[in-house]
Amino acid sequence: MSAKSQNTDNAVSVRNVYKNYGDVQALHDLSLDFPRGQLTSLLGPSGCGKTTLLKIIAGLLPASSGEILVNGQPVSGPGPDRAFVFQDFALLPWATVLRNVAFGLELRGVVKSEREAIAEKYIADVGLKGFEHSYPHELSGGMRQRVGLARALSVDAQVLLMDEPFSAVDEQTRRKFQEDLLGLVKNENKTFLFVTHSIEEAVYVSDQIAILLPRPSRVSEIIRPSGFRHKDTDSIRRDSEYLDIVDKIWSSLRTYVE
Amino acid sequence: MAGKVIVMRHRSFLLKCLSALLVFGSWEIAGRVPVSFAFPTFLESMLALWVLIIEGTLFVAYAETLKPLVLGVFISGVLGIGIGLWVGLSKKFDWLVSPIFVVMQTAPLAALIPLLVMAYGIGLTSKVFVVCIMAMPVIVLNTGGAVRNTPISIKEMGHAFLGSRSDIVLKIILPAASPIIFAGLRLGVSAGFIGAILSELKITPTGVGDIITYSRSIADYPTMYAAILSIILLAVVFLNLLERMEKTLFGGLNKGYVTD
Repeated sequence: MSAKSQNTDNAVSVRNVYKNYGDVQALHDLSLDFPRGQLTSLLGPSGCGKTTLLKIIAGLLPASSGEILVNGQPVSGPGPDRAFVFQDFALLPWATVLRNVAFGLELRGVVKSEREAIAEKYIADVGLKGFEHSYPHELSGGMRQRVGLARALSVDAQVLLMDEPFSAVDEQTRRKFQEDLLGLVKNENKTFLFVTHSIEEAVYVSDQIAILLPRPSRVSEIIRPSGFRHKDTDSIRRDSEYLDIVDKIWSSLRTYVE
Repeated sequence: MAGKVIVMRHRSFLLKCLSALLVFGSWEIAGRVPVSFAFPTFLESMLALWVLIIEGTLFVAYAETLKPLVLGVFISGVLGIGIGLWVGLSKKFDWLVSPIFVVMQTAPLAALIPLLVMAYGIGLTSKVFVVCIMAMPVIVLNTGGAVRNTPISIKEMGHAFLGSRSDIVLKIILPAASPIIFAGLRLGVSAGFIGAILSELKITPTGVGDIITYSRSIADYPTMYAAILSIILLAVVFLNLLERMEKTLFGGLNKGYVTD
């Protein structure tokens, strides 16, 4: 395989990215590839810059130096090829579920009837059929994040950037979300970038796990679980490779936890 | 459910009547005691108000008073929200402009009126200025604060989903800030009413200010209190209209906050 075709296999490439806040170095010479059609987790202790990296890729923060390539093209701001799922959902409290989900399309100038038809499809897809005219405050945390997810899916971007999307929902909902996410990766043919601080979550959902270590942030290790990806969602958590990887990551991260 | 709502609405109406009865009742009693010979009873004042209405004096007076009031409140609202928006969006502009409005808000206006009269004469301009000085600061400062405090994550969301600068301002920042902007408008409009009467008492006695000044000078206290009561009633009606306008414009905003 030539270097060029290798390059196009990555939906997103991060090349030698630095990010400084004044004197504080948040990211130091960070390079990382995100293979197309797969889910890559950014995992690390808090303060390791994983959200910073995700926001730089999204174009919400500028890098101090270095390059972000999406489909081989350098990007400097948000683009139609990327959609973001926010940790705190970032829903408009005054808008119904329907308008919230259609909001990404609204900002792109899609006409009302068309964007609402698309939004209705994705609202049904994430399991919120019947809640189109509810307001966010009437929904549970998990349902709110489903709205956030439907909004990101409805703009049909190839790359989905998820910033700790399940950290604000309860444990049961979270497990359901993780199972649904596996289905989404399998069926949607999109590239997922997933920030999490949960080791189990990262190992459960990822094709590739990038371990980030703090001060200054760098990629310390990339792990690609292979043995249990094809298994059904119930048996993954009992798979020996799954448990081994969880243990291994914990032993390398524990020194960074105060 | 529906029955309960009706009962609740009924109850709130009853409570309003009760509180009006309480206030006007004690006014009547205080007038009959009497607290002061210059303090008429409620019924006397109502009679005077009726006379003012029948003779048409009140309408002629309001035609005069409403000019600086409406003009001043309108200017303060439009300009105030505009400047406030800019103050909230730009730190530099905030730094440059906010102190002016803080000074305006705290300055003893009555003492400054002679200056305004020297600069702009005794006509409409000075009166509009007084209304604006009263009404604008709270509108500007409230709007600025509300815009500045728009949750970062929904602004980021607008940016991430390719919203233009004007999209983010019009579809995210303004609706998010609207409850506090309207709170500022309500305070500003009330202050504007005070400003309008103040200008008629301090600059030239016209309109309702004229009724107040003249009836005081001939010791016709019921008429004076009737005029004062009428301006309070008008202010209440105006504030209710403003509230209704907020509900139709941004009704959905009363739906609580997602992060609650």
